[in-house]
Amino acid sequence: MNIMKRSGRVALLATGLAAAIGFTAGAATAAETVVMAVPTFLTGAGAPAFGVPARNGAEVIIEAINKGTLPAPYDKSGKGLAGRQIEALIYDESGGGVKQVAEFRNKVQKQGVDLFVGYISSGTCAAITPVAEELKMLTIFPICGTPRIFEEINTTPKYVFRTMGHATADGVAEALYVKANMADVKGYTGINQNYAWGQDSWRDFDLAMKQLMPAVPASDKAQWPKIFSGQYGAEISALMLSEEPLVHSSLWGGDLEAFIFQGSARGLFRKKKLLFSVADTSVYRLGKKVPTGVILGARGPYGIFAANVDTPLNNWFRKVYIDRYSTPPVGGSYQAAQGVLAAKFAYDKAAAANGGKFPSTDQVIAALEGATYQGIAAEVHMNRSNGHQAATIHQIGILEWDKDAGEPIMTKVATFPADCVMPPPGVNGTEWLKGGMKGAKC
Amino acid sequence: MLTLIAILVDGLIYSSYLFMVAVGLTVIFGVMKILNVTHGSFYAFGAYMSATLVGIYYQTDLPEFGGFLAIFGAALVVGLFFGVVLERGLLRFLYHRDEHTIVLATFAMFLVLEDVLLMIWGTDPYYATEPMGLLGFIDYEALSYDLYRLSFIALAIVVGLGLWLGLTRTKWGKILLAVIFDREISQAMGINVTVVFLVTFVIGSILGALGGAYIAPTISVSPGIGVEVIVLAFAVVVIGGMGSIPGAMIGSLLVGISRAAAVHKFPEIELFVIYAIMAAVLAFRPEGLFAPAQARKI
Repeated sequence: MNIMKRSGRVALLATGLAAAIGFTAGAATAAETVVMAVPTFLTGAGAPAFGVPARNGAEVIIEAINKGTLPAPYDKSGKGLAGRQIEALIYDESGGGVKQVAEFRNKVQKQGVDLFVGYISSGTCAAITPVAEELKMLTIFPICGTPRIFEEINTTPKYVFRTMGHATADGVAEALYVKANMADVKGYTGINQNYAWGQDSWRDFDLAMKQLMPAVPASDKAQWPKIFSGQYGAEISALMLSEEPLVHSSLWGGDLEAFIFQGSARGLFRKKKLLFSVADTSVYRLGKKVPTGVILGARGPYGIFAANVDTPLNNWFRKVYIDRYSTPPVGGSYQAAQGVLAAKFAYDKAAAANGGKFPSTDQVIAALEGATYQGIAAEVHMNRSNGHQAATIHQIGILEWDKDAGEPIMTKVATFPADCVMPPPGVNGTEWLKGGMKGAKC
Repeated sequence: MLTLIAILVDGLIYSSYLFMVAVGLTVIFGVMKILNVTHGSFYAFGAYMSATLVGIYYQTDLPEFGGFLAIFGAALVVGLFFGVVLERGLLRFLYHRDEHTIVLATFAMFLVLEDVLLMIWGTDPYYATEPMGLLGFIDYEALSYDLYRLSFIALAIVVGLGLWLGLTRTKWGKILLAVIFDREISQAMGINVTVVFLVTFVIGSILGALGGAYIAPTISVSPGIGVEVIVLAFAVVVIGGMGSIPGAMIGSLLVGISRAAAVHKFPEIELFVIYAIMAAVLAFRPEGLFAPAQARKI
């Protein structure tokens, strides 16, 4: 690589990094750095619920990696990725798949990015996957949920990884929770946004319910509001008029919060039992405005579910995050941090196997494939899709308000093993659900 | 029967919402022939300002219902400020340019204002739900409706009636109609078109901001809300006919009732209803349902 060009680029990137992460540029030379692109929603409707918390989570971890201050089990792994400082290039994911693909190519071909850890939208991940493989660029998706990434778009990935469970795990865990806690439920309906995430979420929950509680009927009038519509008057009326007492919803961000405001004002939560897949993104911000008694998930053991996980890594992460951002980390914060930790784990492991020398991309990939590493809240098993898809424990619980602490808490939390809620390696999630979830180890 | 009642009430509430966000756009187009993309920013700033002022208000010991004054105050402040600044600072220099240039200029300003909004309020959402909670709700069999959202209907009627009376029963209204009919002849007859344009743009801005300010207590006021609204507002205005206030009203009703019917009977097609209506109207009446007749100059 041309050293002169690289130096100029480093200066440019470091300027942005210094502002974003707060440590000085110029501490490292070009040869000693790893340029990590971190695309996340910094503007638009995805920013408050996922994008900004994800950026914050990534910043906390990247800074600690560079300073070498991560607690156990990373406390003896030294500074940086395999000894090299991370230059974080945090940028906006907004604009859709076409724009992001162009940005991806630009970052790879003109800005010398070494790896990507990011992308929140399932649509963006779907668009990026084939391009990352084409450009041979190590890309870690920490958050996006659609199972299609490795089940349809690329079934034999080499450069793309995902470090959390996908939407199938959400649907199965939710259905298992309903079966265990609402055995006499008379039926269920749903309200999910009419795009990939909402459709996948409802499909997987519905399929899992049909297997686990076949006698419980699903509504044929589940609601499909447009994403970011913000107005749910007719949908709330339709839910009130429906006979089914249980309502499944994967609404998130501003849509979720508008639905909560409008539903609360009309007494919806007194009449129906709500099950929210990703409401943890809002519980701290809304506080008492979120009705207690709702069933709630965080797409894994993250956010509010990790509030009482007493490990050095989690305690440190929560303290630093709260001190810096004055709010507890939510699911997106944990998931982004978990993605960056995957890079830390893989680079260090690959370097160790390489006699202490900085590893090649292929060596980093080999180190991460099929590995198990410690995330902030739980162990991450990269044991699906040829070692490129993660599986973790999953948790569902009921939201209550802790009057003494003055904050929301999870009660009646059920923890499901990864092998209980994720399809076995090599098995398509939808086919697994339709086939009766064979091989599930619950 | 209950479903029919729900469709009508839900449809009327949603229609009122659509009318409130679309009427300012159609007023500006009717008089100035400007397709004002910045309208989405007026809505967003109105919502943010409303959430901010309502939040501040409810930290005081002032009477609870005074929070509604904060909502209308927010709309007035935002509409006046942006109306005057944009019309005097940008649009007046572009009146001699073709309509496409002006649309692009308002689009550019929309993008700029989206960033300004982020600079002022950041990415965190804002809430101002207190006014919605104040009014309570009413039960009817299995249905419940909160009175705040029902008040959308009243506000839309007041706004629509006020505009209609203002246009048809006042001297200012007649001047506006004259300018709408023919700008050049109106100018030749001594009408100060510059002032008419400024006043019209400010009124349109206030209406756009009022839409956002009044909706704010029912939503999470967060980045991007202006983008969604401008698409809806354009659709309604196109269906009703560009520049027609009765058209905006009928277009809103058509879309609102149809959408509510879809939600209750065929929820999977709800997403397409508004665009299906728009496509159907444009196929058979490309100028929209109530577009004013266009004189051809030869």
